[in-house]
Amino acid sequence: MLDPVVVGVVVFVLASFIGFELITKVPPTLHTPLMSGSNAISGITIVGAIIATGIENDMLAAFLAFVAVGSATINVVGGFLVTDRMLEMFRRPKREDRE
Amino acid sequence: MSPEVQALLYLLAAVAFIIGLKRLGSPRTARSGNAVASVGMLLAIVVTLIDSEVSWIVLGAGAAVGAVVGAVLALRVQMTAMPQLVAAFNGFGGLASALVAAAVYVTVTGEIETVEMLTILLSVGIGGITFTGSLVAYGKLQGLLSGSPITYPGQKTLNAALLVGLLGAGVWSQTSQDALAFWGMGVISLVLGVLLVIPIGGADMPVVIALLNSLSGLAAAATGFVIENSALIIGGALVGASGLILTRLMTEAMNRSLANVLFGAFGTGEGTAPAAFAGGDVRTTTPGDLAVALSYANRVVIVPGYGLAVAQAQHQLREVADELERRGVEVVYGIHPVAGRMPGHMNVLLAEAEIPYDRLLDLDDTNSVLPRTDIVLVLGANDVVNPSARDDADSPIYGMPIIEVDKARTVVVVKRSMSPGFAGIDNPLFYDEGTLMLFADAKKALADLTAALETV
Repeated sequence: MLDPVVVGVVVFVLASFIGFELITKVPPTLHTPLMSGSNAISGITIVGAIIATGIENDMLAAFLAFVAVGSATINVVGGFLVTDRMLEMFRRPKREDRE
Repeated sequence: MSPEVQALLYLLAAVAFIIGLKRLGSPRTARSGNAVASVGMLLAIVVTLIDSEVSWIVLGAGAAVGAVVGAVLALRVQMTAMPQLVAAFNGFGGLASALVAAAVYVTVTGEIETVEMLTILLSVGIGGITFTGSLVAYGKLQGLLSGSPITYPGQKTLNAALLVGLLGAGVWSQTSQDALAFWGMGVISLVLGVLLVIPIGGADMPVVIALLNSLSGLAAAATGFVIENSALIIGGALVGASGLILTRLMTEAMNRSLANVLFGAFGTGEGTAPAAFAGGDVRTTTPGDLAVALSYANRVVIVPGYGLAVAQAQHQLREVADELERRGVEVVYGIHPVAGRMPGHMNVLLAEAEIPYDRLLDLDDTNSVLPRTDIVLVLGANDVVNPSARDDADSPIYGMPIIEVDKARTVVVVKRSMSPGFAGIDNPLFYDEGTLMLFADAKKALADLTAALETV
């Protein structure tokens, strides 16, 4: 088996290229929701925060995990909600004569 | 759950992020894309909960606090305050990533391998810089800190020294396995985040937020290496790429290099007294005359600037546009990439006023319709329509891409007075033969215009 770090590097590089391809196709009009939405995605670090709460018998680690879960949750919940709020405004097709 | 199944489910979550971002490629599918990404997040969280030994007290308390704070912030925020909010969210993401890595460090017993230590240090370093850097950006945008660049002698030397110190503490921390060095590195990264952002002026914040966005993603990816989780690595890489692209788009729209934005302390005002511009006569107009001219136009392009949004005049603007459209005038909006305080900000502000998104043109599309436009209405924009950026090689903004409003038949600039714009640069557009000035507050001018249109 390969070293997990090497596998991680492979995944990271390929994912970055996918990211570049996807993001260059996002029109400027959606750049703000893109930022807040991608921000929510970076809250995926919540997975690490959840795992970190399981560390036993270490008050410092428990405190770090508590703050980590709290901040990651702000990021995830707030990020997806505010993005949805913005995109809802974009949805409205004003003129029926288009379709 | 076997580790294999778990890994595949994390991959599925990452695929949801990719599909979500892909659907952000069009305003029609964007909202569902955001929903897909959030389902991916939920999946990742559930998979983690099923298989991990978690402390429900710590988890429940943290999640409850975070969910309430996040939801309140997201639902209460004014659209004009979106840049601050995104800056704050970036900061929380960076903090979480750094703390996860720190918690792992605390609990490792015995010697930590070099590679693992490296990933922990990267995560803590990037996360720490993102956290405090975002706090400063938040403070500047919210008006808690002065928006002007804070500079002092030896600033760059100090920052360079701290960067070296950061790397040094990292190496020391690995070789000596000394906890003091580790925490020292954490503190240096926090200080560095502050010092790197304070010299950057308020007008450059779009670049800084985009860059911090990228860093928050990279911090998450680094944490993914620490806990060996592909969802974090993929999600983090996507966000890292996204932030980098937006950073580049913003610096291009300002015709600046990233280094110039970060270290140039632009907008200090030192010696940027407007070059003795000959000036000349300006022609003025009134809401009544303008209403007549607008209602006989075929196409009107509106160029909004941030001042319009601050005055909350978007709604008055839409009323004017509605009135004109009723008369068969085509109304479109020309949006410069730096018209707001973050990428795409102006579009959100106009969308809030229920202006349909298909009327919002980007820089290139605007410039291609301008030569066939009867009237351009410039509202609260200044530097982004300044022809010096195109014509005057001595101008401080020379080379910056502009909306070439002077290509249209008539330009009407609504402005409170003749004072120069943010960058303190005079604008020859105001003295141009095809330009009419309407000296008024944007909100009042638009209200007057609506009233005048009703009588035309």
